[in-house]
Amino acid sequence: MIVAADPLLSGHVGLVVFLIVLGKAVVTLGICLIATMLMIWFERKVISDLQNRIGPNRAGPFGILQTLADGLKVILKEDLVPEKSDRWVFRLAPILTMIPAFITFGMIPIGGDFTDGNGGVVHMFGHDTLLQLANPDAGVLVILAMSSIAVYGVMLAGWSSGSKYPLLGSVRASAQMVSYEAALGLGVLAVVLVGSNDAGISSLTTNSIVSAQMPWGWNLWVTGLVPFVIFILAATAELNRPPFDLVEAEQELVGSFQTEYSGFRFAIFYLAEFLNAITMGAIVVTLFLGGPGGPVLFGPGWMWGFVWFFLKLVAVLYAFVWTRASVPRVRYDQLMDLGWKVLIPLGVGWMLLLVGIRVGADAGWNPVVTVAVAAVVMVACYGLLRLAGATSRRLAAEALDAPEGVID
Amino acid sequence: MEWVVFVLGALICALGAFGVVTRSNPVHAALSLIGTFFGIAVLFIAQDAEFLAAVQVIVYAGSIVVLFLFVIMLLGVDTAEDLEVEPITGQRTAAVVAGVAIAAVLIFVVVAGAITGATSSAAPIDTDVANPVQIGRVLFTDYLWAFEITSILLVIAVVGAVTLARHRPDGMVDDELVDELPAPAVVAVDEGEVAT
Repeated sequence: MIVAADPLLSGHVGLVVFLIVLGKAVVTLGICLIATMLMIWFERKVISDLQNRIGPNRAGPFGILQTLADGLKVILKEDLVPEKSDRWVFRLAPILTMIPAFITFGMIPIGGDFTDGNGGVVHMFGHDTLLQLANPDAGVLVILAMSSIAVYGVMLAGWSSGSKYPLLGSVRASAQMVSYEAALGLGVLAVVLVGSNDAGISSLTTNSIVSAQMPWGWNLWVTGLVPFVIFILAATAELNRPPFDLVEAEQELVGSFQTEYSGFRFAIFYLAEFLNAITMGAIVVTLFLGGPGGPVLFGPGWMWGFVWFFLKLVAVLYAFVWTRASVPRVRYDQLMDLGWKVLIPLGVGWMLLLVGIRVGADAGWNPVVTVAVAAVVMVACYGLLRLAGATSRRLAAEALDAPEGVID
Repeated sequence: MEWVVFVLGALICALGAFGVVTRSNPVHAALSLIGTFFGIAVLFIAQDAEFLAAVQVIVYAGSIVVLFLFVIMLLGVDTAEDLEVEPITGQRTAAVVAGVAIAAVLIFVVVAGAITGATSSAAPIDTDVANPVQIGRVLFTDYLWAFEITSILLVIAVVGAVTLARHRPDGMVDDELVDELPAPAVVAVDEGEVAT
């Protein structure tokens, strides 16, 4: 039907194809659940190592079954719905936090043979297919859409609890997530700009983004590192993870939007938090670290896709945990300043720089001159921005000093 | 198959729209609105317009309704009073008349469109080219003028909002701290009704 679509669906869709798609869906769901379980264990274990503690060590070897034990316990707990809550929305909210993470994970290429221009296609049960559940045309945009939908779970959970602290927490959370969505989008934009195929057309599908990075043209350095940093910071803020976890600032907000949740519904929030971390890590791997692409050392090519993807994902997740253990929480005004005054202007500037380089390459300009002119323009813009900021602060200060009259 | 998808999508849209009008709780109404937007996204996908579907979800469901909910949550719109008060006299009658008129125009357009047989005024979709590429080409060539005008309109709106929010008469500047917390979903319960 469409160029970059899964070759599985391009031919006749018979029973075998249907079963393959169904199998992929089940496997994706299974991977999500098991990975979440392991991620919780991983985070607790690494954090305790970094803090010189032992961490979970009772259930199973190295405490690896701790999450399972916690899960069983939490299912048996009483499920409270506060009297003052909006029951319908209260029940809906945990589900809404969970679904976007699952859908996003379905669009991540988790394996496949990307060497020799194979484009991630593997052969199974007599059909060629991609090792991802879906590869829609609008790929990254669907991922962004899901990340913007994820706000609802948090927002509605806080509102429907019928209590002040959860509401404040959810207002904070949603303001933060909406603010950082723009920075997140700018990071993605840089990736889409550089990843063009032979015909010079960029594609939005996750599969072609990974293909464009083969074998070593990782977007990490092709986009010039800055979009990666922007994306990682914005992703951390989107996930409400430390140092941007103002949502759960316990000293101020008790337990934030999940204060009133108990039992299984609380467990769903907890799972969704970690599943979102994994999904975001997988997106970082796909967009910037070459996804499942990597050298085939021995044996069949399809096996190494999984290996490289897993190693890269663990590295990113370790970085998330490491950040959590090392960086103190920022203040709310610092959080908003970082998002609106640093990441977004920098992201827009960097996007224009990349556009300039691409247009220059098409028009045959001297690349050194292009970059130099772009750098001068960026510095000039930064200077103007600083000047405007300083002027507005000076005027505000003068207006405060003035005894009467209108602030202008 | 196409019929099944269409009927399901249309049902989601219609039920959502019905919910927006009938629910007395503004948050429930906003949630129904999201349902409608998702139904429209499904219909877009059924027409091979995946890009439009994604943008529909990002812009409408992901941003605009989030802002609606923000305002509802921050201002704490009173659920019980809302339906009783009519801020403008005769607005209900006016709304019904306007609704009927718009429905009539829409039906006329559908009927008339079927008579002319014209299917698309811009460009037919080409299933061999990824549709972000197609939309990009049309948008930045034939419709560049409209595109730029729209962007200027948006910039003016943002600048206007910032100007309105920042330039206040002296008497309004932080003289009274509002120490009221935003109202959570308890209003209706307090008045003896269960908000479900």
